[in-house]
Amino acid sequence: MASSFVRVLSSKRKMGILSLVGAGSLTVGFFLNREHVNAGSNVRRIYPASAEYPDLRKHNNCMASHLTPAIYAKLCDKATPNGYTLDEAIQTGVDNPGHPFIKTVGMVAGDEESYGVFADLFNPVIKERHNGYDPCNMKHPTDLDYSKIRGGLFDEKYVLSSRVRTGRSIRGLSLPPACTRAERREVERVVIDALAGLKGDLAGKYYSLTIMTDQEQQQLIDDHFLFDKPVSPLLTCAGMARDWPDARGIWHNNEKTFLVWVNEEDHTRVISMEKGGNMKRVFERFCKGLLEVERLIKERGWEFMWNENLGYILTCPSNLGTGLRAGVHVNLPRLSKDARFSKILDHLRLQKRGTGGVDTAAVGSTFDISNLDRLGQSEVQLVQTVIDGVNYLIECEKKLEKGQDIKIPAPPISQFK
Amino acid sequence: MAKNCHNDYKMKFSLDEEFPDLSLHNNHMAKVLNKDIYTKLRGKSTPSGFTLDDCIQTGVDNPGHPFIMTVGCVAGDEESYEVFKELFDPIISDRHGGYKATDKHLTDLNWENLKGGDDLDPNYVLSSRVRTGRSIKGFTLPPHNSRGERRTVEKLSIEALKSLDGEFKGKYYPLKDMSDKEQEQLIADHFLFDKPVSPLLLAAGMARDWPDARGIYHNDNKTFLVWVNEEDHLRVISMQKGGNMKEVFKRFCVGLQKIEDVFKKHNHGFMWNEHLGYVLTCPSNLGTGLRGGVHVKLPKLSTHAKFEEILTRLRLQKRGTGGVDTASVGGVFDISNADRLGSSEVKQVQMVVDGVKLMVEMEKKLEKGEAIDGMIPAQK
Repeated sequence: MASSFVRVLSSKRKMGILSLVGAGSLTVGFFLNREHVNAGSNVRRIYPASAEYPDLRKHNNCMASHLTPAIYAKLCDKATPNGYTLDEAIQTGVDNPGHPFIKTVGMVAGDEESYGVFADLFNPVIKERHNGYDPCNMKHPTDLDYSKIRGGLFDEKYVLSSRVRTGRSIRGLSLPPACTRAERREVERVVIDALAGLKGDLAGKYYSLTIMTDQEQQQLIDDHFLFDKPVSPLLTCAGMARDWPDARGIWHNNEKTFLVWVNEEDHTRVISMEKGGNMKRVFERFCKGLLEVERLIKERGWEFMWNENLGYILTCPSNLGTGLRAGVHVNLPRLSKDARFSKILDHLRLQKRGTGGVDTAAVGSTFDISNLDRLGQSEVQLVQTVIDGVNYLIECEKKLEKGQDIKIPAPPISQFK
Repeated sequence: MAKNCHNDYKMKFSLDEEFPDLSLHNNHMAKVLNKDIYTKLRGKSTPSGFTLDDCIQTGVDNPGHPFIMTVGCVAGDEESYEVFKELFDPIISDRHGGYKATDKHLTDLNWENLKGGDDLDPNYVLSSRVRTGRSIKGFTLPPHNSRGERRTVEKLSIEALKSLDGEFKGKYYPLKDMSDKEQEQLIADHFLFDKPVSPLLLAAGMARDWPDARGIYHNDNKTFLVWVNEEDHLRVISMQKGGNMKEVFKRFCVGLQKIEDVFKKHNHGFMWNEHLGYVLTCPSNLGTGLRGGVHVKLPKLSTHAKFEEILTRLRLQKRGTGGVDTASVGGVFDISNADRLGSSEVKQVQMVVDGVKLMVEMEKKLEKGEAIDGMIPAQK
């Protein structure tokens, strides 16, 4: 059945026939060429900007650090072509003052155009979050050529599992903070239609959150695949949990090594994972899977949001560029107790998390170790960083086992400053 | 008129694409909203830019409970009730006992019209309380208001409250600059309200920018309390220990009038119309917005087989002593009026006074081992 999106997108963009999504039918697509409609403001401008400027005195997040009254005044009347406003973009940062030790980003994008319309705020935030990367004059390298990876087979005495994740957004549809139910459902249709085309070791099945059986749900929980309605106020204040669980779901391949989340914090989150230390294979599957999905959506006239300055466009500015987090669960009983552990990680451009993921504590001496950086380096570079870094950590652990001393590696050259 | 570009954008998607999935829902909005109504109203917005989807988001996000029927929609401004009347009128009718679109609501805040109410037995009635809400005309409501509007409501509220004298004289505590000492005292007095945690309120956007422009006022005697910018612009509460509901109600009416006089001076009186009475954020609070109640000890009556029926006939409801959605402790119940719209303040408080008086007599009878069957009232 023809989706009304055919009419929608044809009228919105200068392009030819677009996709008929659903039931496997497909047509030729064209590169999406967005018209920049002069959107008027939907903000009721009864009050001057100074009366509306948020109170950020107790705040510690990137948005609060950079939203001056002048920038607010300049941007508060603007809206993206879809009607997304500055106040909406910053609401999560206003509502969540942050933590003295953990600096959150404090703002989100409602659509691709947000990064452009509100560049005066996004750019300094991006610069701070991504070590000085300047979107105005720097280009982000994208490289999914897994053959370039050197090494990547970890000692499984230490490395328990390996994982690579990223996100992808479907160009032409608003992002989770702003999407309408229709858009979200369209994201779901586009993505599962493409995933249905995966073959071989990538072939799999989609589980919609709305119609999942109890049995399916239990299996997904046991596999640690199921994601739940967001509870973090960082996400709920940004409107990402609206209409839950409508158009949300999980896809995974039969072998349970390639997983896609649909309409959680981003349009899609793509995860490749395995028990053990074969990061090389995990990354290879990751790249193959991503490239194949991209090929399949392009066949149907869609593409991922990407540009040469920001790389892959995702909801949170912290995930721009590669959106990639490559990591391992690694056991480092001696090294983790060494006073130099944090500094070593820092110099290796790695971060540690508990084995429950972000904001969790380590269990025993098993840590989740992954890359710190996202933007300004390619996927291949970042995964190589993780491989080299984790190997270094394992060497340190082995040295400490033998009673030998370890060295803090030299700090990396500051890339963008 | 504010142009809602996002809603214009949304209109390009078809009805079927946008219509929410309410198949697992149990709330008033889900029972009323159908594709015809959605088609008719989805293209509209109030002058301030509030849309149908804005009204219903909380009901879409909170499917409800099989036993407790929540409302599932809110107003973003005074005009919401008119612009989206095809949605609100049937919900109001379901929630308020068949109240019709043509009905008129009577407002009566003349405390002298209350008969009795000054002699509820303090051995049973531990405390008495009356609360209501008020919205300030000319400003949008908590689901929709901007920081600038909320701050202006606070500013006007502070001016009104500072002007109060006599038994109403007191102090305003803004949430954002409260000292630890003040905070502890307000918690100890059970006055402090916190950032909403209920998903019903959060999904409607009422906690945005917390705690900006939120605060609490109370008089020196701690018998008159005003919340600013929580779920409504104002929540006004009169309370005291014991059973003198008449005094509580008198203070309530007098205090409200004094506050309203100040707002009127600025051409920002309270939102009110002759059909819906006082206009508040949640349709359940339309009319009087009044909940008058007592904490009363009814250990025997509350375990009697006919307790629920008695309450229903008296048009009263029970809650635990922690307020809505809490359980009773030690046989002490919060008993209050069930009605809000279609009867006046005086009438609702009268029902509480008369009903509680009767129930206390029943409790006394049960204490003596006597039957109460002859006392069970007819449906009011």
